Amino acid sequence: MKKTSGVKAGIASAILWGSGQFLNRQYIKGIFFLIAQIVFLLCLTPMYEGIRGFITLGEKAMIIEGSKVTHGDNSLILLLFGIVWLIIAILFLFIYIANIRDAVICYRNRMDEKEQPAIGEWSNVFKERSFPYIMLIPAVILLLLFVAVPIIFGFSIAFTNYSAPDHLPPKNLVSWVGFKNFFDMFKLPMWNSTFWGVLAWTIIWAVISTVTCFFGGFAVALLVNNRRVKYRKFWRTIYILPWAIPGMISLLVFRNMFNGQFGPINTFLRKVGVISQNIPWLSDPILAKIVIIFVNFWLGFPYFMAMISGVITNISPELLEAARIDGATHKQEFRYITLPLVLYATAPLLVMSFAGNFNNFNVIYFLTDGNPINPSYMYAGSTDILITWIYKLTRDNRQFHMASVLSILVFVVIATISTWNFLRTKAFKEEDMLQ
Amino acid sequence: MINQTSTAAPKLHQNHSLAYRVSETIKTVLIYCVLIILALFVVLPIIWIVGSSFNSASSLLSATAFPKNPTISHYIELFTDTNYPKWYLNTLKIATANMIISLILTSTCGYVFSRFKFKGKKFGLLSILILQMFPSFMSMMAVYNILWQFGLLDTHFGLILNYAAGQIPYNTWLVKGYLSGIPRSLDEAAKIEGASNLHIFRNIILPLMRPILTFVAFSQFMGPWMDFIFPRMILSSPEKMTVAIGLYDLISGDTNNNFTTFAAGAVLTAVPITILYVFLQKYLIQGITAGANKV
Repeated sequence: MKKTSGVKAGIASAILWGSGQFLNRQYIKGIFFLIAQIVFLLCLTPMYEGIRGFITLGEKAMIIEGSKVTHGDNSLILLLFGIVWLIIAILFLFIYIANIRDAVICYRNRMDEKEQPAIGEWSNVFKERSFPYIMLIPAVILLLLFVAVPIIFGFSIAFTNYSAPDHLPPKNLVSWVGFKNFFDMFKLPMWNSTFWGVLAWTIIWAVISTVTCFFGGFAVALLVNNRRVKYRKFWRTIYILPWAIPGMISLLVFRNMFNGQFGPINTFLRKVGVISQNIPWLSDPILAKIVIIFVNFWLGFPYFMAMISGVITNISPELLEAARIDGATHKQEFRYITLPLVLYATAPLLVMSFAGNFNNFNVIYFLTDGNPINPSYMYAGSTDILITWIYKLTRDNRQFHMASVLSILVFVVIATISTWNFLRTKAFKEEDMLQ
Repeated sequence: MINQTSTAAPKLHQNHSLAYRVSETIKTVLIYCVLIILALFVVLPIIWIVGSSFNSASSLLSATAFPKNPTISHYIELFTDTNYPKWYLNTLKIATANMIISLILTSTCGYVFSRFKFKGKKFGLLSILILQMFPSFMSMMAVYNILWQFGLLDTHFGLILNYAAGQIPYNTWLVKGYLSGIPRSLDEAAKIEGASNLHIFRNIILPLMRPILTFVAFSQFMGPWMDFIFPRMILSSPEKMTVAIGLYDLISGDTNNNFTTFAAGAVLTAVPITILYVFLQKYLIQGITAGANKV
């Protein structure tokens, strides 16, 4: 009996939103849902158009007859609004389901004579419950507009043919092509060999740059904190400078220092007589890679030195004293106390740093711009990593579809690393992390 | 802490032989040698660029670390021949606005996520966790089109919105984690006494969050100074450029004839930032560690 009554309120709400709530004598809620339905009905036409645009990506191309231009559909804008309308449609779906569920549940509660807040109290309850939502509204809108929608958009592009020369809006239309771009990336020899080549260097680069900076920073931290060293603060401040100086400026400075023709390093080496010919620091593929790793070491070791220094100075002196009394040598002290503590404290930084280097746009772009040019590569240079290749594909070559495919692949790598890292953090293990 | 051990160490070895003392001295000398070589490695590029900015000639070839006839003419050129002051003010404006908007957004989000229970919270936290894993490159094309639709292309406001929105996921997790580590007794007591949520936020939560908010403020203020990709994409008029773009364009040509002017601009930009970094490193290290552990 009770159950069927609940269904009645549910069905009422399913047809006329909020009517179930009216049956339950919850007028404020009822009006809210009713307004939602009215807005929904008003949105119906543009929503239909929007979603249609998302599916077709435009039907009329721009027509140019002599000097007369008839504007057609802009596929990109259609895609963008299509995504926005899809999100709005999902939102309405949620409200609709909540509306029915609420009607049924409240009806049952009323029949079971559970306590309901009095009308006067209700506005207080409402105020308290809506507080978090009201506070979050600006952030949610910004996130949707500048992060979520753009990511869905970028994701979608991978499944279209948006690229130069024949599919560039507003002049041409773009259409869906399914997984074709993914197949092309792995089947077309030129794309495929570039992809594996660039990926290999990206991984080598990420591993070497992280490892050198970590152990370099570790060594310097040990050195500075050695008991023989005086004026530690002074030394630490000097070594921290590369971290404090804006990276882009240092990189541009290094680019000029290593300039093959006019750079001061070659000039100096020639003057001293070590070399008779200029060394092509940045235009030889192998040398350029070595220079990149070297410069990155200059930039990156201070970060780890600062972090590890913090860990070392926080090791309790009692612990070290106890070890010494037990007759531990300096080596043992390091092996069994310092090293494990440092590794434990910096492991997440190490993982994050690897992920950061995997996508380290600045070092590559400002130092070599991916050059020297590699003729066997598709739009990529010898020192390009995935992220700079993506940048070149979009900015210089307008191969947006392939750039999106690569972005998705990069995301998969980074997401795997970050998730793995996150799963082992304290935040995740704490029971109420997501409560 | 280390001082205690270093005073204790000599005592232990007081009666050691001459050989021990000699080896001890050699070790100390060696360590200082390494320290000095390392310091040179770190400082030489800095000396070179500072020296270059005082060179009288303007090309890269003639730029030396210790100029024969030092001159400040390139610093003057920076103000008379280039838009440097304009770039600087633009960046200052963008950085400040970004810092303020980011602080408001992340402090409220962090507060709500750490202190309230509401429907959709789990979904919200998980989605921002996933959102921060996407490379920002993926959103570039769409951000361009969205700003275009709103008429915000080539405006500083568009750039600021983009920065402020992009930092929400990471910093919300950071602030939320920090706040969750602070016992709720204070704000719960205030609540029982009838304080409103906004009152609690302003008078209790905000002061508690100061260390982590210092980190957020600093990193958001610093970001725009050296960000290159988004201003390059969004801004197009020369008078709207930021320092990063301006400096890059000064030497992106093949001739490198502006090199010393670039050097002057680089020094002028880097000095205040470097000083800020060195003084605020304590907060930075705290913030980074918190971010890595999401405490």
